Formats: sequence, structure tokens, C-alpha cells
Amino acid sequence: MAQVVLKDLNKKYDEVHAVKDVNLHIQDKEFMVLVGPSGCGKSTTLRMVAGLEEITAGEIQIGNRVVNDLPPKDRDIAMVFQNYALYPHMTVYDNMAFGLKMRKFPKPEIQKRVQDAAEILGIQELLKRKPRQLSGGQRQRVAVGRAIVRHPQVFLFDEPLSNLDAKLRVQMRVELKRLHDRLETMTLGDRVVVMKDGWVQQVGDPLGLYGKPRNRFVAGFIGSPAMNFVEMTVAESNGALWVEAPGLRLRVPADRVARLGAKKGQSVTLGIRPEDLRLATSSDPAEITTEAVVDVVEPLGSEILLDLKVGQNVIVVRVDPSQRMKVHEKIRIAFIPERMHFFDAQTEESLS
Amino acid sequence: MRGGVLAWTVIGVLLVLVAVPFYWMVNTSLKTSAQVQSLEPYYYPSPVTLSNYGELLRGTNFPLWIRNSATVALGATLVTVVVSCLAGYSLTRIRYPGRRVLATTVLIVYLVPPTLLFIPLYTILRGLGLANTLWALLVVYPTFTVPFCTWLLMGFFRSIPPDLEAAAMVDGANRLQAFRRVILPLAAPGVLAAGLFAFTLAWNEFLYALVFINDTELKTIPVGLNDLMFGDIFLWGQLMAASVLTTVPVVVLYTYLQRYMVEGLTAGAVKG
Repeated sequence: MAQVVLKDLNKKYDEVHAVKDVNLHIQDKEFMVLVGPSGCGKSTTLRMVAGLEEITAGEIQIGNRVVNDLPPKDRDIAMVFQNYALYPHMTVYDNMAFGLKMRKFPKPEIQKRVQDAAEILGIQELLKRKPRQLSGGQRQRVAVGRAIVRHPQVFLFDEPLSNLDAKLRVQMRVELKRLHDRLETMTLGDRVVVMKDGWVQQVGDPLGLYGKPRNRFVAGFIGSPAMNFVEMTVAESNGALWVEAPGLRLRVPADRVARLGAKKGQSVTLGIRPEDLRLATSSDPAEITTEAVVDVVEPLGSEILLDLKVGQNVIVVRVDPSQRMKVHEKIRIAFIPERMHFFDAQTEESLS
Repeated sequence: MRGGVLAWTVIGVLLVLVAVPFYWMVNTSLKTSAQVQSLEPYYYPSPVTLSNYGELLRGTNFPLWIRNSATVALGATLVTVVVSCLAGYSLTRIRYPGRRVLATTVLIVYLVPPTLLFIPLYTILRGLGLANTLWALLVVYPTFTVPFCTWLLMGFFRSIPPDLEAAAMVDGANRLQAFRRVILPLAAPGVLAAGLFAFTLAWNEFLYALVFINDTELKTIPVGLNDLMFGDIFLWGQLMAASVLTTVPVVVLYTYLQRYMVEGLTAGAVKG
């Protein structure tokens, strides 16, 4: 294994600037995940690391070696493609052995490695089959197997889960993680890189991204159902700082007063996750509650999602499944003050 | 069932249209001269004679022509397949300036009729000292087989996911190895179809063979058959016997490879 360093990485196609000044330092044995909407540049970044796309500007190092001009075969990486890219005309065994054959490994060694990988992935019985005789999950395992037999310095996975149905996805996610642990004796935690329009938005561990998103995009992208956003105006009255929108008036939590005080009279975006809202109780002060009208009730079994109308805004709230709500019912909800996020209305940067 | 009846009727009519000339060809080749000349048509030869075949094979240059045709057609096919595979691959997979223009040019070139080209081609061949040799045909036939087969194969290569190649390259193959070990095996039906087309086109070609070859020993079958007509005397029996023998290799090829061929054409058509 080796560390991977991306320095001011850029990729330009004729018209499109797909990857912009990406700087990442991926530690040895680290599990780093790139996320972002389609077209955000994550695949392109991955393919540049693999050597499948030329680098327009910047530098890529793998294990302290600059690999900009090395062809993929000399980079000592393995990649699992989104559509798996198994060789349809070869058996599972040959698919997994291909990389070793290309590198002129002796036959007994190839056999041993393929067997070992097949065992780890639980696909020993499939070795003689062709890819078209496999289910989606099995194909995925073969694709992973093809990567791990090589014992490469770096593993690249391009959306390894996106082609699987929900149940398999959860299962494979656990297995990938377990595989990583087993292969690596993991010493470092996971980090997530959020990308948009070719820019890196934020890098951090999943909980950090969830709890302290740096801007509105990250806040909305991480977490499901997505964070609610409400355009509000900062106002001062009775010696306290408030944010106001039609039908909604909330007191700014004490620790945000300093940042938001500078925005008096200007608009900011309030962000609040559905799980950070609850049904108000009589003891909740008015400054963190508001009245709302139930618009849609979406029971999901373990929870209920309510679409609430607050003024002109729709706010999604996650509530306990024991609650019985009716459409058009008037209720009061409370905001958990320390979970409120504020974003600059223009720059969309966090004001927390 | 009414749909079935209609379908079979249409197929039956088509079959008659296609098969009757073939039948008449075989029929005539087995008739005696007298039966051929008879005003009362013989729907089947009676008695059957193989004399036309005997005379064709012993009394004419037909065996030579077969050999010439085979040499030229196989040689041209080989050249075509190699060049078209590489060209088709390059035009679909490798990014370079002018690639689109080049791809379109390939198609346009194919559309230029041979009747326009044979004069300049002849000048070139004479300059090269190749006129009136089999090399002339070997060099010229790829001018129409390569564009066609390249076009066919481009559709084929395009239908193969680029990630397969990327995977092979990450796995340690260089571009040529990825092409040979992954792309080519997957494109095999297309390559086969292309080869078959090239062979058929070259095997049946008439105009260039007529213009570029003078010596009767160097003629290919389609042109050689001309020698079986003396003014207004047609040796129908021998002509038809020659036609049968010419058709046989192609029929055999298609019978065996037809499955791949259809596969190849449709894959090319859908994604091309």
C-alpha cells in the first residue's frame, strides 16, 4: 500500500473544466471516498489516478513517485469499475487471473492467489462460470476479486455500489469495509471528499461532514432525507438577535450571535435536518418553536416523514412512528438550537 | 394462424424468386447441348450429363481462374481484415484531431463508384509496374473492401464498453495487448462478418479485374467466364457449370458462418 497525493490537479476537455485544483493527501491504508452528484468530477479524478485520463495540469504521486506520465499498467493500482467491466469472454477464474498473467506471474502463484481471493469473497464455486451467468452481486465480487489478487499499492473503486439494489448495496458496503479491514488491519478512519462542479467542497470524516458542513451544498448532499433550507432575514429586537421569515421567527442561538450579528438586515439561509426537528412540548419556549400545517404524511415503518407548511416554506420533519398525524392538521414543532446551521445567502458558505 | 399463412406465402414467393434462377443454373449445367438449345424447355435435365463440368475443368483455363480468384480474394480479405480492424479501432477509441473527418471520409470514399476510379487507378498501377499482374487486384481490392469493413467494424468496436479496455490496461496490458486479448475476441463476430464481406466482394468483383488484367491465364472467374462466349455463341452448359462451381465456396462459407454474420451486422447496425 502507499499514499496518494494529488497536487493542484486539473482536467480540461475541449470546453469543460471537469476537475479544478484538486488537492488531496490520501494516507497509506486510508479508505477515502469521493462523493458528489454525477458530473462533479469524481470519476474523472479517479481515472486520472488510474492513468486512464491525461492530466491537464497538476501532479499525482503514488508512494512518493510522480506518475503523471506513467501508463496505467505501470502505476501498480487496481480499479473496480462502476459497471464492473468483467471480460465477458473469459471465465471468472480467467477474469481474476488476467492481471497476473499480464504481469507474467508463474502459474502456481496465479492459482494460489485466485483461490485465496475467491475464498475471501466466497465465490469459489463460480470460478468456471462466465460473467453473464452471474448475478449483480456476484459480478461485483468478481470485480473486487480481480482487484485484490494483484496486491496493488492502491485500490480504486468507481461507484462500486451504484449498480446494486438496495439490499445488496447494504450488504456489499459492509463486505467492502470488512474486506478493507481484513486486508489492511485498518489504522486510519474513513474520510469523505465531497465534490461539485470539479471543485472539492469539503474533506472530512463522515460525522464531521454531517455535523459541520462547510457550505450549503455539502449540507444538502450529505444526509438523507436532505436538510431543509429556509431563506430568512436577520433582525434585532428587544436586545436579542432573530432570524425571520413569513410564519417563522427563531431566536439565534447564543454561540451564533457573533457571526450573525454582522448580518443584521441581510438574508441568510437557515439549514435544519429533518431529524433535528421535533414535535414541540408545552415546555418549549416560543423562540425555538413555530406553528406548522401537515401537508404530506409519509410513513416509512421505522419513522414517519412529515412535509410541513411553515409560511410559504415546506419543512420535512422526521417523527416517531407512533405519532398519528392527519393532513391539514395544525401542529407545533421545535428546532433543536445547537443543530441549526446558517449559510450566507450569497456565498452559501457556513456562518457557524 | 392467418398471420402464419400470410407469412409463409410471402416467404414462399421470395423463395421462388430467389431459388428459381439457382435451380435453372444447376439444371442447365447438367443438360446436354441439345437440351439447352431445345425450343421446348427441359425443366429438369434428361439424361443428366456431367460433360459440361468435364470440359470446363479440362478444356478451359477455368482451374487457373479459380486459383487466381482464390488467391486474390483470400489475400485481399486478409489485408482488409488487418487494416480495417486497426483502422476501426483507432477511429472509435483513440482521440486525435481530425478523427471525425477521417471517419466520415472513409464512408464517402466507399461511395465513389469504381467506374470513376478505374482510370486513375490503372495509371497508378502501370506506374508501379503492377498492371496485368494479380498484385494489381490484391492492391486495388482493399480500396473498396477496407472502407466498407472499417465502417462495419467501427459500429462493432463502439458497442464494446470502453471500460473493458480500461480494465485490461489497469490490469497490466498495454494498448495493443488490451486490443488483442479483450477487444478483438469480443469483436470476433464482427471481424468474421467483415472478412466474409471482403471475400465476397473480392470474389465477385468484375470491373477492375476486366480492366487491369489482360492475360487469360491471370483472369479471375467473373472475367474468365467472358472467354466462354465467342461472339454470339454462348457455351451455356459450361457457363452454368462455371457459375455453379463459383457459387459453391461462397454458399459453403455463408452456410457455416451465417449465424455470426447476422449477429455481426445487427450489432453494428444498432450501435453504429
